[in-house]
Amino acid sequence: MLNFLLQVKDFISQPWPWWLAGFMIAFIMFSLMFFGKELGISANLRTMCAAEGAGKFADFFDYDWTRDGWNLMVVLGAMFGGYMTSQYFAGAEGNIAHVSAATVDSLRALGMNYEVGKVPLVPEFYTWESLFTLKGFIIIVGGGFLIGFGARYAGGCTSGHAISGLASLQLPSLIAVIGFFTGGLIMTYLIFPYLFSL
Amino acid sequence: MRFFKYIVIGFLFGMTLYKSEAVSWFRIFEMFHFQSFHMYGIIFSAVAFGIVGEQLIKRLHLHNIKGQELEVPPKAPQYKRYIFGGIIFGLGWAMAGVCPGPMFILLGAGYTVLVVFLASAMLGTFVYGLLRNKLPH
Repeated sequence: MLNFLLQVKDFISQPWPWWLAGFMIAFIMFSLMFFGKELGISANLRTMCAAEGAGKFADFFDYDWTRDGWNLMVVLGAMFGGYMTSQYFAGAEGNIAHVSAATVDSLRALGMNYEVGKVPLVPEFYTWESLFTLKGFIIIVGGGFLIGFGARYAGGCTSGHAISGLASLQLPSLIAVIGFFTGGLIMTYLIFPYLFSL
Repeated sequence: MRFFKYIVIGFLFGMTLYKSEAVSWFRIFEMFHFQSFHMYGIIFSAVAFGIVGEQLIKRLHLHNIKGQELEVPPKAPQYKRYIFGGIIFGLGWAMAGVCPGPMFILLGAGYTVLVVFLASAMLGTFVYGLLRNKLPH
């Protein structure tokens, strides 16, 4: 029995192929729909603002946020999933991002010297020390702001538009996803060369 | 206990995005450089499974636990907000390499500095709420 469980653990601990992730995400979306809910992680940012009394400043936050308590539970579960996976299902190689050799070259061009097969899952600028550097501050504080602002302005993020919106064949979601990629390509090709020379 | 199922769903979501490396800044970087099919595969296959599933639900007239027809609520028929909001979100997505899901997942995985990222994302949402009536939608 124990041996079997260890085999299951090893099986889960392998890097997951894209199709398995795609299947699981669709499964998660349908599970929420079955319970009468909708997949959308960024909506929680609005809920959290409302829960902290932002309704006093803007009508947008003046509603009964407790009706969205279920979505906060999804996020709580996601955090727990992140904790358990990083602690117990990281795999033999540890927390590695298996990016392509071409990507390693592109990273080097920006001054990030990694070797193929040794790119970490999370970059070193996600640390408290880096928060107090110019580059780290821009990425953490600026990136957070852009995501929070943009997701609500666009009415959803990757989960609400790119997954559940596109799956239900909604034109607004396709426009939003084209917007996501436009912004992403501007950042990657036009702004990164400056950001990473800081 | 009515919330327990949502915690389980969230757990699976966190594990899926973590094990498929979608939480990784480097995978997002790779995606925007078109250097691997991986991230596109995740998004395309999720959408493909989603489309097939939704068509099946429609044909079979499946209902949710409240007895209503299963459907994704239609998005507002506007376009400016999706263009402008989408581009702003995309800038942040590429720069930070995390979208809102991975933000919470990595926070749970112990990258505690992401509480600052979360606070900043809440601030962004708050500022949107303040400016909403003045922005083109």
